[in-house]
Amino acid sequence: MQFSESWLRSRVNPTLDSAALSHQLTMAGLEVEALMPVAPPFSFVVVAQILSAERHPDADRLQVCQVDVGMSEPLQIVCGASNARAGLKTACALVGAQLPGFEIKRAKVRGVESLGMMCSAKELGMESVAEGILEFSVDAPIGQPVRDYLDLDDQIFTLKLTPNRGDCLSISGVAREVAAITGTVAALPVVEAVPATVNDVLQITVDAATACLRYCGRVVRGVSSAAVTPDWMQRRLARSGVRALHPVVDITNYVLLELGQPMHAFDRSKLQGGLAVRLATVDETLELLNGQTIKPDTDTLLIADLAGPVALAGIMGGQGSAVDATTIDVVLEAAHFTPAAMAGRARRYGLSTDSSHRFERGVAADLPRQAMEWATRLVLEICGGAAGPVVEVGPGAIARQPIRFRPTRARKVLGIDLDDAGMVTHFARLGLETTLDQEVWQVQVPAHRFDLNIEVDLIEEIARLEGYDRLPMAFPSGEARMRPTPEDWRGVASIKARLVARGWQEIITYSFIDPADAALFSGDAPPITLLNPITTSLSVMRASLLPGLVQTLRHNLNHGQERLRLFEVGRCFTGVEADQQPQRVAGLLYGAAMTEQWGAATRTADFFDLKVEVEALVAPQGLDFRNEPHPALHPGQCACLYLGDRAVGWIGALHPRLVQMRGLARAPLVFELDLMVFAEGSLPRYGGVARLPAVRRDLAVLVDEAVPVGRMLDTLRAALPPAITALDLFDVYRGKGLPEGKKSLAFKVLLQHTEKTFTDAEIDALIGQVLNQMADSFGAVLRGGTY
Amino acid sequence: MSDAILRDAESAFAAATSLPVLDQVKAGFLGKQGWVAEQMKALGGLPPEARREAGASINRVKEGIEALLKARRLSLQEADLAAQLAAESLDITLPGRGEGVGGLHPVTRTLARMEALFGSLGFVVADGPEIETDFHNFTALNIPEDHPARAMHDTFYLDAGRLLRTHTSPVQVRYMQDNPPPIRIVAPGRVYRCDSDVTHTPMFHQVEGLWIDETASFADLKGLLADFMARFFERDTLPVRFRPSFFPFTEPSAEMDIGCVICGGEGCRVCSHTGWLEVLGCGMVHPNVFAHVGIDSERWQGFAFGLGVERLAMLRYGVDDLRLFFENDVRFLKQFA
Repeated sequence: MQFSESWLRSRVNPTLDSAALSHQLTMAGLEVEALMPVAPPFSFVVVAQILSAERHPDADRLQVCQVDVGMSEPLQIVCGASNARAGLKTACALVGAQLPGFEIKRAKVRGVESLGMMCSAKELGMESVAEGILEFSVDAPIGQPVRDYLDLDDQIFTLKLTPNRGDCLSISGVAREVAAITGTVAALPVVEAVPATVNDVLQITVDAATACLRYCGRVVRGVSSAAVTPDWMQRRLARSGVRALHPVVDITNYVLLELGQPMHAFDRSKLQGGLAVRLATVDETLELLNGQTIKPDTDTLLIADLAGPVALAGIMGGQGSAVDATTIDVVLEAAHFTPAAMAGRARRYGLSTDSSHRFERGVAADLPRQAMEWATRLVLEICGGAAGPVVEVGPGAIARQPIRFRPTRARKVLGIDLDDAGMVTHFARLGLETTLDQEVWQVQVPAHRFDLNIEVDLIEEIARLEGYDRLPMAFPSGEARMRPTPEDWRGVASIKARLVARGWQEIITYSFIDPADAALFSGDAPPITLLNPITTSLSVMRASLLPGLVQTLRHNLNHGQERLRLFEVGRCFTGVEADQQPQRVAGLLYGAAMTEQWGAATRTADFFDLKVEVEALVAPQGLDFRNEPHPALHPGQCACLYLGDRAVGWIGALHPRLVQMRGLARAPLVFELDLMVFAEGSLPRYGGVARLPAVRRDLAVLVDEAVPVGRMLDTLRAALPPAITALDLFDVYRGKGLPEGKKSLAFKVLLQHTEKTFTDAEIDALIGQVLNQMADSFGAVLRGGTY
Repeated sequence: MSDAILRDAESAFAAATSLPVLDQVKAGFLGKQGWVAEQMKALGGLPPEARREAGASINRVKEGIEALLKARRLSLQEADLAAQLAAESLDITLPGRGEGVGGLHPVTRTLARMEALFGSLGFVVADGPEIETDFHNFTALNIPEDHPARAMHDTFYLDAGRLLRTHTSPVQVRYMQDNPPPIRIVAPGRVYRCDSDVTHTPMFHQVEGLWIDETASFADLKGLLADFMARFFERDTLPVRFRPSFFPFTEPSAEMDIGCVICGGEGCRVCSHTGWLEVLGCGMVHPNVFAHVGIDSERWQGFAFGLGVERLAMLRYGVDDLRLFFENDVRFLKQFA
């Protein structure tokens, strides 16, 4: 809502300057988004008339003018504007005038004396571009300061109104609000009925009475095609951002801005018969005023004549029945369409108009008749003509019940101790009528406050008028109870902290990704697609965190990074249900295993550098690494991660195909893990500490190259006698000195007796058991060792 | 004689410059063929009454030699240790070996701070899905279909009546459906709006807060949020103001401003020269919301608020471009480690 301050002050004029008024509006919930002067400061610029204009003796493009500025003698002024001509009334800056950016001085222009300057709108700072000097109407009073003549000591207010305050989408509405918050009185327009002078009754039917509570129509015959919209009206419209078009249309716009009631005007001669308000039928089309042709849905309200639709009700008129320069007879419309009937319709057709904006938010149901009378008066004054009777159809406004209000409740909700009388005063300022009772009051709300329906709405009004800033501040109190704090569960913060401590950098990427990426990383599973994405490259919900990591890697490589350890924690989407949006953690490792440093040889990170990170992250939980294929990972360097029987994630090197597609020098290593892994820990349980030292034995065995070592460890560990407390691999050797197709594995075995020292025979027996199992299950042959 | 031998021993020990040499030299005095042993052997040839005296004398000399030896050994050991220490000295200014530390994303860092502040007052962290139902994101929050407030939300839609949550407020609906009052939760998380320009990203983070009990009032809401802002920005005298606003799920609703933390209220580009920064929306939970989740609004009352995480992070750390948060350039991210 944008409007001129002087227009508002013509209705309500509190003793506050513009800035103070603006502050009060903002603090009352009508946020002032902008407050701009109509024109920058300037002085000594007056209305003037050019008496004569003659060519400058020494310059083709200059004229020497005699200008009447209201002083005893005309002034001689040299002017370069092509529209300067004898008889023109324009703005003239006198010697000594301060214009935006410069001062007017007595001057000689190419040898001819010049005592002032005639000004364009640009030179006065009113417009950013201008052609020629200003042109005023013939009745402009010579000598009057231009600031007064054009009412330039005015500000433009722009309000950012919340959707509930549709009642403030008019000068009257804002004036009422200003009166309430400042304790002044608003002089709202008093509308008197304009009697009919021609008996031209328009036939109107309303076939959608729940959507259109009231439809007022009226014929005005014989408007003058020579009529022009008066300057004052054009100025007010312009300062509300409305362009002058045709006097009748300007008047309907003016009434909309003044009262908040949208109106429309038809050319009577272009209507076939009367008007009907009805829902659209299948396959109807309508060409709108903006040139767009639409095919309205059947839940859309239309105004139609015998030949078909003539307007999209409450949104925009049709081109076919529009008022133009040739119009002689007009039909004025002022109707009440309900928010329910209007909601979302304009948007659906890609439209948003001053009219639809208001109807969607609600317009007071008692306004159509007032608006009709007032518009008629203005049309007759400005365009002439003769009015027919107002035809008024529809059930009219639904009577509103008073709202039940408990002052004690208001005090409790707001935490204030405002007394009853204070509340009554606030209600009275807002035009609410209060019927007092002990505990429960009845409050009658005026028609324009359709946002007030229940008790809390009134409580908010109390708070607003009291001033949110004047309401007390308190520290809330509540039960001091401790929160349940499960210990067998690791929160996201602790997971992130562990990664950060190990050198990982967190990233946060968009949850929507490119469908091409989704296909590469998630295979054939159909992605969840947005119906209205920002761009195609952000149009499907990610089913994996890996695409975001790889994209971030690419971005950072492009910006000079060489080594990255990135991770992200976030939701992935395998479906739309709440339980199909698992939270995951994923990481990517690229480049050297350690930052380039003097103390360690540079080595490229490999699968096992990442594996230890994943193991450390989930510790003390243990994961099972199983060879399973993943569409985005190297089939020989990837594993599905299992927690017990459940697949909980992946680890591996990016597939060479993707490495090439992304233009990477080498394969990044990635992992992705469901956060449920961290939700199922267990409490530590003390199991005693042995008093005797453990005995260590090392074993080296030969096995076939194909034997998976992890599997071998798992099998052996599962079958260890209790006296053996650890069996760990510490070396893998291939090559010289070994038979073809074999590898040598070195194990450390720890033996622990709980009561006494082992004898050699006992140790031999235990180690023998391990060796037998290695031989039986994996064909291992003892090669040597401390055994 | 005994003085002479002690002097001999002293000079012989002093001439030994290492422990092995010292041991060799020692043998000449204390060994099986050494001076002391020779003297003891010679005792046999003395008359018995002279033996005791001579024996005592030899023992005194022996003790003297042993003391000299011990002193010399100690001094040689000290010298050896000093040499070893000198040889083992490091350039301790060289960088350490191994992996450095990583860092959290600034949004996470900010969220952690917010959660810690609210946690200190007993708020529990609640969570909810990001693909939401129309009911939880809008209807249950008193935003019926086609309400003008929906247009303000620029919603991303999916098939089957689903959408990407436009705020974290649906978490309060889910929590109230599952938990009876009193309630004190914060719900941090990602939210989505179909909007992308210099000051908007299609995804950002919010923290929703909810406090329900039998007395939580608008005055409490003001006090709590003013306290939060002062603590968050670590400015005890941070000015705050509350303005009426509109959210369908709260009534009364308010917008909260803080004095500009960049210019201190003088007026700058960040606060559009107003001296104030709009930082959050809040209000008293609307009875219709209570009705949707089956809570008796005659008995229970309370407030909700929604904070923009990136906004607070930008103000706190002086970040001037929202889009940096999602470009994930490590040169940016590392500044928040």
